[in-house]
Amino acid sequence: MKKLFTSREALLCMLILAMLLSVGSVAKDFLSLSNLLSAYNDTSILIILALGQMLVIITRCIDLSVAANLALTGMIVAMINSSFPDFPVSLLVLFGMLLGLSMGMINGLLVWKLQIPAIVVTLGTMSIYRGIIFLLSEGAWVNAHEMSQTFMHIPRSLHLGVALLSWLSIIVVVIFYYFCRSSRTGREIYAAGNSPTAAFYTGIDVGRSQFIAFSISGLLAGLCGYLWVSRYAVAYVDVAAGFELQVISACVIGGISIMGGRGTVVGCVLGALFIGVINNALPVIGVSPFWQMAISGSVIVLAVIASSKAEKKSGRIILKSAAIVPSR
Amino acid sequence: MEKVTEQKWQLPKDWFKAKKLPWEFFLILITVLVFTLCSFASPYFLDVWNLSDATFNFVEKAIVALPLAMLIICRDIDLSIASIIALASVAMGFAAQYGLGLELIVIVGISVGVLCGLFNGWVVTHFGIPAIVVTIGTMSLFRGISYILLGDQVLKDYPDGFEYFGQGYLYWVFSFEFGLFLLAAVFFYVLLHKTNFGRRCYAIGNNPTAAFYSGINVKRHRMMLFVIVGALAGVAAVLLTSRLGSTRPTIALGWELSIITMVVLGGVNIMGGGGTIPGVFIAVFLMGIVTFGLGLLNVPGIVMSIIIGGMLISVIATPVLIKKFSRRGT
Repeated sequence: MKKLFTSREALLCMLILAMLLSVGSVAKDFLSLSNLLSAYNDTSILIILALGQMLVIITRCIDLSVAANLALTGMIVAMINSSFPDFPVSLLVLFGMLLGLSMGMINGLLVWKLQIPAIVVTLGTMSIYRGIIFLLSEGAWVNAHEMSQTFMHIPRSLHLGVALLSWLSIIVVVIFYYFCRSSRTGREIYAAGNSPTAAFYTGIDVGRSQFIAFSISGLLAGLCGYLWVSRYAVAYVDVAAGFELQVISACVIGGISIMGGRGTVVGCVLGALFIGVINNALPVIGVSPFWQMAISGSVIVLAVIASSKAEKKSGRIILKSAAIVPSR
Repeated sequence: MEKVTEQKWQLPKDWFKAKKLPWEFFLILITVLVFTLCSFASPYFLDVWNLSDATFNFVEKAIVALPLAMLIICRDIDLSIASIIALASVAMGFAAQYGLGLELIVIVGISVGVLCGLFNGWVVTHFGIPAIVVTIGTMSLFRGISYILLGDQVLKDYPDGFEYFGQGYLYWVFSFEFGLFLLAAVFFYVLLHKTNFGRRCYAIGNNPTAAFYSGINVKRHRMMLFVIVGALAGVAAVLLTSRLGSTRPTIALGWELSIITMVVLGGVNIMGGGGTIPGVFIAVFLMGIVTFGLGLLNVPGIVMSIIIGGMLISVIATPVLIKKFSRRGT
């Protein structure tokens, strides 16, 4: 019972509720159902991307290229839509997801087959993907009037009073919950991140798990590429610039250990919601948006300090990153 | 020092060792190649003043790349460097607004850098948190503070003479910035390769536990490196602010990634334990020449980022591929 209240998830939950209530006491409309739904809708893309990033971080890697991947898919999808308005949007979304998947697979292959550190790989592919957008679009924007109505309408369409974008993120969360807890691949990803050496001896291919994590992260980034472009009804080179850091921040706040092997879907979602609530609440209580960056920065620092104390109690090994895997 | 061969993420430096070819050799080869190509491609490339102008675009980043290389060799990393530059620049802007003198402005800039480095180092070593997470946080924190202080304003009331640091020339085409960079390169070369302090970096980077048991004060050492990185970020802030003559919170946005690219391109193992200052020194020039040469050929900046990103991956992937290939042959 004590564990239930001291866990990272419970603390985050209480913190988010406290924030919601204190903002609600200042501005009553903030706690209305419609406003909360729209705040959740704003956070949906962050939640989806953070879940993909979570898998990558659990395997002791990091994916800095998610935002560039999102922007590239978004641009390609938007350009196809503006040139061929009759092309069915459902196929277009599928195409975007495949595109994102293939970009994630490139990252994963470089990490798996060439064993280049993930941070180097994704640092490189981040600027490559971002640059390709410029090559394709030649710096031009795709604006709302160039997109077809269905293209823009799908994520906004309401089902049971909730936008499809929000439903999508809920579906992804549910799938991830089962994937991480009950699927063989999901457990292998945790094992590979928790102790690569032990995972190797149990017959788990650590590199393959990393590849799968990168592929999933890429697939979700591709999906979000479409969602982002259609939601904001514009595509240009700098779409979502720097968003990868918000995604990683959501994971860190949610208690995903950067040393790998640790972290839950619920924590990750709460981390993303935390950032979402801050983003939505600051303008309401009249704090200048210039404060947002410093606040989320200090929250990250405080969150990692808090979790470092929690980890120390459970017997932390000095410098886990010294992963020793027998060479094949 | 013996390399730990069973470590998974180690760059296969052994291959080079077997053939007696260091990483720097390949870097010089590529640099000379690019330099020759550029001088054929554009008639304006081989002009001392043009080349001198080109150095302005990378020496500020390069000055931070040198200490960052040492930090990365120690298995740490600092992603907040660009934000430290921004915060230091904002502090200098306010110092100038209050009418402080030239020396004091510079001191304010560098000491803000030192303080930021101290904070990073304290959180990392005192709480035992991986540097990458801490500095992702402080990256937002430091730049966030600059946003709070400055908002959408600009500070540009710098006193006369301040522009010398970023725009002045020591002698003929040699700018003050470039001279300072050469000085820093020599200093860090000696520090990393000729002193006990430098040997400890490699010891900690190769095996922190063993380094601790052999009597190295690992925490203090890492702390000092964070402070040095912060200080040099402060120096870079002085140069950049002086060159631009104004401060906005968005100053040096995204520089952390290009500085890390320089370090990694210079053959520093991102997992720690390996890398040299000469390597970083050459990589800095390689990136500078590529950027300048492509700029002369009217290649837009964002396309250059494709080339630099591709260079980063291929430079690291090539030796791995060669190793795989050669192993298959035997």
